[in-house]
Amino acid sequence: MVSVKAKKLAPTDGMLSRHPAAPAASGWADAARASARDRLVAVGAPQRRDEYWSFTNPARLVSDQPLAAKPLAAQDTPVFGDTDALVLTFVDGVFDPAQSDDLAGEGLEIQTLSDALGTDIHWAKDLFGVLEEKGQTPVPRELAMLNTATATQGFVVRATKPVTRPVRFDYIQTSDTSDAVIRSLVKVDAGAALTLLESGTVAARCNTVMEIDIADGGELHHVRVQGRAHDRQVFTAMFARLGRESVYKSFTLAMNGVLSRNEQVVEFTGDDATAHVAGTCVGQGDFHHDDTVFVTHDAVNCESRQVFKKALKSGATGVFQGKILVKKGAQKTDGYQISQGLLLDDEVNFLAKPELEIYADDVICSHGSTSGGLNATGLFYLLSRGVPREAATNMLVIAFMDEAVQEIADEKLADEMRTHIAGWLDRHRAG
Amino acid sequence: MLEIKNLHVKLEEEDKVILKGVDLTVEAGKVHAIMGPNGSGKSTLSYVLAGRDGYEVTDGSASLLGADILDMEPEERAVEGLFLAFQYPVEIPGVGNMTFLRTAVNAQRKARGEAELTAGEFLKVVREKAKSLKIDAEMLKRPVNVGFSGGEKKRNEILQMAMLEPKMCILDETDSGLDVDAMKLVSDGVNALRDEGRAFLVITHYQRLLDHIKPDVVHIMADGRIVKSGGPELAMEVEQNGYADILAEVA
Repeated sequence: MVSVKAKKLAPTDGMLSRHPAAPAASGWADAARASARDRLVAVGAPQRRDEYWSFTNPARLVSDQPLAAKPLAAQDTPVFGDTDALVLTFVDGVFDPAQSDDLAGEGLEIQTLSDALGTDIHWAKDLFGVLEEKGQTPVPRELAMLNTATATQGFVVRATKPVTRPVRFDYIQTSDTSDAVIRSLVKVDAGAALTLLESGTVAARCNTVMEIDIADGGELHHVRVQGRAHDRQVFTAMFARLGRESVYKSFTLAMNGVLSRNEQVVEFTGDDATAHVAGTCVGQGDFHHDDTVFVTHDAVNCESRQVFKKALKSGATGVFQGKILVKKGAQKTDGYQISQGLLLDDEVNFLAKPELEIYADDVICSHGSTSGGLNATGLFYLLSRGVPREAATNMLVIAFMDEAVQEIADEKLADEMRTHIAGWLDRHRAG
Repeated sequence: MLEIKNLHVKLEEEDKVILKGVDLTVEAGKVHAIMGPNGSGKSTLSYVLAGRDGYEVTDGSASLLGADILDMEPEERAVEGLFLAFQYPVEIPGVGNMTFLRTAVNAQRKARGEAELTAGEFLKVVREKAKSLKIDAEMLKRPVNVGFSGGEKKRNEILQMAMLEPKMCILDETDSGLDVDAMKLVSDGVNALRDEGRAFLVITHYQRLLDHIKPDVVHIMADGRIVKSGGPELAMEVEQNGYADILAEVA
């Protein structure tokens, strides 16, 4: 056994009292919240000296007040504007029915989180706080506990058959001191399918958690573009449980942001399933972006991919912590992990901690992590065609990111991501 | 058109001299071929002319239409009318072939003070030129060179050449990796661009490409110098006897 050093617990009172959850939602919801609260008090708030936070300082995510963050002016090209979707709008982290579609769609059941948690008998009981708690081992995820204990905003979404029209969470920030906690539950029934889109800045600070249950043969496609309001502080966690022959694909694009910590916790519980989590980000100055991923193979013949690409400029920091755990008996696992930092100048940091832990003997697992500058041969090729240096550099940044973008199954959405990246690069020309 | 005098080049990072005094003049309207054994400096010459990093010119000069190109950036040389068809064209995922081509064409036009092509004008020209190289709409839409076969990559190089309308075209082992049919297609593409105001420098190991792209002058390069020049018959001689005889003769 590993000896555990006594740790001085960081206080959690402030965190818990900031967002007092409404009591007596329902017996089971209250119990889940109380449990999360107790678990959080027992482990304390995350601290810089915790191993899982050694690259990203959690102070701004646990402090009493968020740092002020100026909302971004309305976007020239609305994200997902060309994709017909059922839109659910949050303003500063609060659902706004007036700017949202009706909570109904073919093959869909949608309720607000508070409605679901207030119901005595609800499928959400098997999910709410359940996947989050399971995801606490072996690494505590304190901010997700906080979310379970305090979140009142969010949705429970269930796909009962293949749903063609995506569900889109649209976040609008108006207040520069808003502090949002959002929790959503997503359930994809056997043989059902859903595409979930997210875009925009949630609030000056947000703690957004999603628990996802994909039944046998189900499919969930998740594409999100995190808010470009640079000073916002973001914590997100997605806990996904995958049944037999199910598919989970999640892609995140982040442009700007002084603090983003995106956690993905994926567990295969049924055989022959597929999970691809991918992300790409670009930022400069005090940009800090952290992707922390934990994939557990506890079934046979499952495939997982982690593909993360970070393009970093003038002072920016990119962090990747990714793990593949293959449990005993999870034979024929195919696990892949790549994290790459594109260092566009000498002032940037790319910090990567790739981990493999394997207890089965018939598996294929590979991981790689690189950091480096632009592809010199590619640059020469483009320049030799007369492409100006800056345009050539931008093309190579897009090329660098593309392995992650290609993880999006929908080609139209993938192309949209490329357009947003090109737009950012265009707006952030050197000099 | 292209005038190279006493060009000496070494690798920037190590003390290795590759070009040891190259003299070469290519006149407008002519096709010159450079042949030579591996390691003779043929590809280096093409890279140095196009402005690739990693080489240091220690002596000599190279000018294009009277302008000294060695101090120019690669993109400036392109604007001056230089084009290098790569031996190994580079894959650029995520960037559409059309986007890339249009950016290149319009950047060059802009730098020369010419009007940029509108999307419609560009499309019309590119479709017409692509057709003769048997490049279909699908290939134009795909990311630059990604998933292209060897032949498709080389055809794509010639398409770029046709779109950019350079004055001085350097072809670096364009025949490598091509089967007979692809070689014919690529050669036809090159021949269609032959023009009084345009010159070609064709670098190749083998005579067979020169059956399709008929050179006016053939040079043999060895150990960083041009050791012999002659007519197309020189290529035939290489084909029949290899380089050994020629090298022995000039040694």
